[in-house]
Amino acid sequence: MNAFQAEDPLLQVHNVTRYYGDRVGCLDVSFDLWPGEVLAIVGESGSGKTTLLNCLSTRLAPTTGAIEYRMRDGAMRNLYQLTEAERRLLMRTDWGFVHQNAADGLRMNVSAGANVGERLMAIGDRHYGNIRSIADDWLGRVEIESDRIDDDPRSFSGGMRQRLQIARNLVTRPRLVFMDEPTGGLDVSVQARLLDLLRRLVADLGLSVVIVTHDLAVARLLSHRIMVMRHGNVIESGLTDQVLDDPREPYTQLLVSSILQV
Amino acid sequence: MNDTAQIYDQGEYNFAYLDEQTKRMIRRAILKGIAIPGYQVPFASREMPMPYGWGTGGVQVTAAILGQDDCLKMIDQGSDDTTNAVSLRGFFEKTAGIRTTYETSEATVIQTRHRIPEKPLTEDQVLVFQVPIPEPLRFLEPRETETRKMHALEDYGLMHVKLYEDIAKNGHIATTYAYPVKVNDRYVMDPSPTPKFDNPKIDRMAALQLYGAGREKRIYAIPPYTKVKSLDFEDYPFEVQTFDKPCGLCGAENVYLDEVILDDKGGRMFVCSDSDHCEERRADGHLGPMAASPEAGQFGGQNAQETAR
Repeated sequence: MNAFQAEDPLLQVHNVTRYYGDRVGCLDVSFDLWPGEVLAIVGESGSGKTTLLNCLSTRLAPTTGAIEYRMRDGAMRNLYQLTEAERRLLMRTDWGFVHQNAADGLRMNVSAGANVGERLMAIGDRHYGNIRSIADDWLGRVEIESDRIDDDPRSFSGGMRQRLQIARNLVTRPRLVFMDEPTGGLDVSVQARLLDLLRRLVADLGLSVVIVTHDLAVARLLSHRIMVMRHGNVIESGLTDQVLDDPREPYTQLLVSSILQV
Repeated sequence: MNDTAQIYDQGEYNFAYLDEQTKRMIRRAILKGIAIPGYQVPFASREMPMPYGWGTGGVQVTAAILGQDDCLKMIDQGSDDTTNAVSLRGFFEKTAGIRTTYETSEATVIQTRHRIPEKPLTEDQVLVFQVPIPEPLRFLEPRETETRKMHALEDYGLMHVKLYEDIAKNGHIATTYAYPVKVNDRYVMDPSPTPKFDNPKIDRMAALQLYGAGREKRIYAIPPYTKVKSLDFEDYPFEVQTFDKPCGLCGAENVYLDEVILDDKGGRMFVCSDSDHCEERRADGHLGPMAASPEAGQFGGQNAQETAR
């Protein structure tokens, strides 16, 4: 962990608030994210964690507050002051977004290879052979056999789709990946395999990750740091093990104690 | 009083069917299209007395640019005498009373569905295309809001995803018509469903090209001598169709050929898709391998005049 503190933060979130009319989406959230750090945002449905994630990933403008990101040239830029073109470039090169439902993040009517290659083509790669071999390499890394490269994601199982979505996001070597319940909707054994894979990729590539989950086990396995949200507020945050082993807030204690022990 | 009102006074159609205000609106869209090559300009497309898919966009563009001195050529799949071409030619003969022709070099305005004449066009000519779906990204991205944004931001990676899919599934770029092009290094454009054989002709063409899509309410244009590049991969460069035989009637090579089924025993011949080009060559004495055979006779006629009319 000490390694992170030596460097400058990758993402700085200042007092982000999002209202939906009179209702609160998330309220006055601030935190810093360091390179290589995995931050889990946990809480029950409706606690504002997805709203926060969408604000961070420029998919939803916050009502007030600022979000700054360190670009590859080292400069801190306010995300909502980037031009649309800059933001798109950022989203398809330096960032990834893994949706809960893989169909939202994939192009279901083109082959797995094209799904992985799309970002490469978007940033100007025009050599079919190169694109294909990179796609093949990435499919291998997410444990999809080479002979499935020309198959549509429609013919893939839920777990495979999710892994394909991850490969598609990581192909441009992003520095920051947002994940919205990446293991939701998968059965337990597939979840475990996906988590193993994610943990390995995150460590190998030194990714920073913001992961939204209601599953504390996912948070425990993947994340270094955790933020607990309730009614749009961050009520507790700290090192994952510390928060989960020794929760301070009554609500967090309730969350932790409600995990089924088998 | 302008020329058009002369017919109008007699209780006939306004010159070239459309009223003057509509033509004005279409001309403005055309001018904007010429100013931004390849950009799809929205326009208030009118109902035309023919179904969508018959060239309502092309007809509106033609109606807006026609003058009384113009000579109109109307082609459908390269041919002057198929249903679509005959009906639309008849439409303008009736509503505008202008001269029409089969000869490419004689025409000042050529409205076409799917082909560009084999004979090179000149600066004095205007080529009007009938376009069914103007948006090249449509089948990859169904949202209009999104495709417009992609054009605005020059975000065209998706177009190559389609070509990638072609190669992955077929071993080569299998798109043979409506082959996407980049106009003037900026806008990706669908050159209407012309065979990709004609794409090189679009590049730096001397004639003005206007594209009209009636149902989709879009007009776009390529000014004369504009650079138009067909999209491809470095290791799978763009190439046009080739034919291993010459035209059966006129013996022309390096032209686009149509397959004609002759009987139910597998008999077939390949003939020029550009019927005017073929007839002109035969009139000049060029003969193809099948020109003298009885099968060819029923398609070729005794002379060019007879076939054409």
